[in-house]
Amino acid sequence: MSSSNQKITPFHGGLHLDGHKQVSTQTPIASIPVPQYLHIPVPHNSEVTATVGEHVLRGQALTTSSNSMTPAIHASSSGTVRAIEMHAVVNRSGQLLDCISIETDGNDKSIEPLAALKPSADNKQECLDRLRECGIVGLGGAGFPTAIKVATDKSIDTLIINAVECEPYITCDDMLMQEQASRVINGAETLASIVSAKEVLIGIEDNKPEAIKAMQAAASNAERGKIVIVPTIYPSGGEKQLIQLLTGKEVPSGGLPADLGVVCVNTATATASYDALHQGLALTERIITVTGAGVKKPGNYLTRLGTPISKLLDFAETDHKVYQQLRMGGPLMGIPVKDTSSPVVKITNCILAEAAQPQHAEQPCIRCGDCVRVCPAKLLPQQLYWFTRATEFEKAEDHGLFDCIECGCCDYVCPSNIPLVDYYRHAKFEANNIKSERIRSDRARIRFEQREQRLERKAEEKAALRAAKLKKLKEREEAKAAQQEGTQDNKQDEIAAALARVKAKKEKTND
Amino acid sequence: MLVAVIALVSLAGIFGLLLGFTALKFKVEGDPVIDQIDALLPQTQCGQCTYPGCRPYATAIANGEADINQCPPGGEVTIVALSDLLGVEAKPLNDDHGTHEDIPTVVIVQEDICIGCTLCIQACPVDAIIGGAKQIHTVIEKECTGCNLCIPPCPVDCIDIIPRPTAAAIWHPPLPGGPVTGANPS
Ligand code: SF4
Ligand code: SF4
Ligand code: SF4
Ligand code: SF4
Repeated sequence: MSSSNQKITPFHGGLHLDGHKQVSTQTPIASIPVPQYLHIPVPHNSEVTATVGEHVLRGQALTTSSNSMTPAIHASSSGTVRAIEMHAVVNRSGQLLDCISIETDGNDKSIEPLAALKPSADNKQECLDRLRECGIVGLGGAGFPTAIKVATDKSIDTLIINAVECEPYITCDDMLMQEQASRVINGAETLASIVSAKEVLIGIEDNKPEAIKAMQAAASNAERGKIVIVPTIYPSGGEKQLIQLLTGKEVPSGGLPADLGVVCVNTATATASYDALHQGLALTERIITVTGAGVKKPGNYLTRLGTPISKLLDFAETDHKVYQQLRMGGPLMGIPVKDTSSPVVKITNCILAEAAQPQHAEQPCIRCGDCVRVCPAKLLPQQLYWFTRATEFEKAEDHGLFDCIECGCCDYVCPSNIPLVDYYRHAKFEANNIKSERIRSDRARIRFEQREQRLERKAEEKAALRAAKLKKLKEREEAKAAQQEGTQDNKQDEIAAALARVKAKKEKTND
Repeated sequence: MLVAVIALVSLAGIFGLLLGFTALKFKVEGDPVIDQIDALLPQTQCGQCTYPGCRPYATAIANGEADINQCPPGGEVTIVALSDLLGVEAKPLNDDHGTHEDIPTVVIVQEDICIGCTLCIQACPVDAIIGGAKQIHTVIEKECTGCNLCIPPCPVDCIDIIPRPTAAAIWHPPLPGGPVTGANPS
């Protein structure tokens, strides 16, 4: 089944950008050789099970987590664990993270794949466990655990495969579809079975004719799976935006796609899910686009997770003198790479070498309203900016701060060069911080009041005790006094008796 | 002896009932303004505002006896929230009362020095320190408000201030350093 007569509902705003995609789609996907060292970051709230000196095989889990939803991470080739220590990674904070460093042995030996699992309505839990066990997360950039996404118990009508890839320069999903369309369709089928979706819509931007052709051919044999061509406009690959494009439904603020009967998963995530269930393979590699200024062999590279970014750049023959900055991801949402020894991770879809751009200083907002016109989340970006500057984070929240998808459209058009998204990141953090501090302070208030009450109660109990003791003392004194009186009477009796006895004696003697 | 015990127990019971009864009967309805102000205060209970806790300060603000900029732990965020609530102009923190620290702090008891005197326990407004007499004391990080009231009473100076570990580890996305502009023109 494959047609494209699906009705398209446009979303608000967005940008028409130059895609720069042809540069990296000229050559087939190539494999990067396994590097000597792999550095695999330990995810948050996970415990490392591998030990230094241990020999590990490809696909072997290195962590566990008490949180049943945290996906595992795996050795992406065979070798020896050399260190578990802080290592540079790509993140906005520039903070180092705990990484497991493996010195590879060149044999690339794998563990036995897990038994194939055919998803059906009856073994959903088993399938979710498998996805988590195999470390499957969203490969489009968000890294959200796929098991959580498909765990929904809501009834799902539509599974959407997000094959839009709307951000300029990035072509890894495009090439995956061109070369392995049937795997993508299999992946879609796998996930559709897990969530029992009635229909599968695969959204692809109209700037990928090769991929569309390949996918249509592959989908024609499939049970479910309808290719829907969407116009090229950034950010049509945003989850909420794509859902609106394909279904006409708007995910409400704070709501989830599942509330609308929709689950939306990225292309490469779908194939990785297929590998996990049907082949029993953990996620240990992904396709990464390497492109941009100074990259002499731009293209897509199948890369083991944990490979240092420098290896990719070298393999793509990058002239380090040409570019000014490296980014992990695309030009709008990508994270600057500060240290090229940082490893590629599950969410690394692209390494972009950016040429020097003219830098403009930030100017005051002139209220032109351009940002409002392009915001796909229908927010008032300049208003969020003002609230942030005024430290009115809760007001920003009331104005939809958390609906901002950080797409960067507002940044892009702002004539005053205001780094708006940086303001929103700051505001989101502060707003969350206020919330968590409030929870803490509410607890402190209760504990303070409880203590006050306890102290008061203690004081009152003490007063009661004192009163009781005083009363007892008084009673005792009274009793004593009464007794004393009694003894006196006795004594007098005794004296009287004695006197009587003496008197009687005397009388006797006198007789 | 038995009589005394029974007498005491029954007395305690009677007083308890009496207390409970009066508490219900003469319950002071919480003043909503004070409640609202109190809800915005950080509940550090440190007394830097010169009042013996956040609620007394909230009461003083409600009665017009205290200004809104006397709480260092709350800092600017609290002042802005108070100014919004009360419809008054926000102003900078009055530094007579102290300075605002961006990263919240807690205290730790150096357990090898602690002599188990219980003085800090008595000083803590939120019962965040555990330990009996002659036993080493420990601060429950989750509950410590960082008010530092336990520090002066300690006879062996074994209580130290540290950045709250859970807060210090998280990265704060910084505010971009933009040009200084006027107020919100809206
Ligand atoms: S685009 Fe920039 S200058 Fe224009 S209103 Fe938005 S923030 Fe202000
Ligand atoms: S970054 Fe946020 S505010 Fe700016 S356009 Fe995108 S969604 Fe709107
Ligand atoms: S200064 Fe301390 S006691 Fe006073 S309101 Fe602020 S946190 Fe509460
Ligand atoms: S442990 Fe010390 S600093 Fe922490 S809340 Fe108690 S008295 Fe204040």
